[in-house]
Amino acid sequence: MATQEEIFKKVQSTLVDALGVDEEQVEPGSTLQGDLEAESIDFLDIVFRLERNFGITIPRGELFPENLTSDASMIADGKLTVKGIEELKSRMPYADMTEFAKNPVVDNIGDLYTVDMLVKYVADKLASK
Amino acid sequence: MRWIWIDKFLEFRSGDFARAVKNLTLAEEHLHDHYPGFPVMPASLIIEGMAQTGGILVGEAKNFEEKVVLAKIPKAEFYGVACAGDQLIYDVKVLDLRAEGAVVACKAFVNGLETLLADVEIVFAHLDNSRANQLFGPKNFVFTRQLLGILDLAKAQQASLAEPAKPN
Repeated sequence: MATQEEIFKKVQSTLVDALGVDEEQVEPGSTLQGDLEAESIDFLDIVFRLERNFGITIPRGELFPENLTSDASMIADGKLTVKGIEELKSRMPYADMTEFAKNPVVDNIGDLYTVDMLVKYVADKLASK
Repeated sequence: MRWIWIDKFLEFRSGDFARAVKNLTLAEEHLHDHYPGFPVMPASLIIEGMAQTGGILVGEAKNFEEKVVLAKIPKAEFYGVACAGDQLIYDVKVLDLRAEGAVVACKAFVNGLETLLADVEIVFAHLDNSRANQLFGPKNFVFTRQLLGILDLAKAQQASLAEPAKPN
């Protein structure tokens, strides 16, 4: 059974390969889009690499949910409604919502994709193998 | 000019592996500009040849129903150059193929399979069909008749080789 640290190291090298960043840039709190400058197409590459590197299967939309903000009832004035936040929590159970929930601006949803989120997701996948 | 950067498939295993060949000749205009007096195949066009080999391989796996587009080149390492008169061989292996896209590992060899010229990884995305249809219409603009003609040619050549030669 891989430890959290071992999983982090492997996620770190996965992101180094996928995003062309330095190892030191990849910290648990690093955001994929903001800090590591991942673009939307990089998410597909990251999914491919995590599957190969960890021997896991990642169903479409499970790690990086699609159409998160397509339901108009989940948004008001550019922010997620209470219903929207609940929906987001259920679709991104590995993301830390603490800070985001204080000011749930839709444009900041991307900040929920962090290295730590990937580590937690992979750990859970490996545990249920 | 036709945007076809492979001449022929030498091997094609559906959803798994393809080998294609590209001959370089001084009849190709771009070699005279890249560079004058030193005709070298541009690395970008070698990658394009690998992408066409890989794109057809990935597209064929889903009966050309998806619009397969080159999304990303995470790795491209070149170890030398190929000049007019050389023959390139592109080996492309599917590493992963799923609903959203595919990733392939490519190698380019020059004049046989002994000399490795390039090591490239390519990520393809399947365009979302509903959005792509809005933007481009239902026609599959990726897999044109011209491009798929290479695969048809390979099949025709294979069939003709399988048949016993007939006297003239």
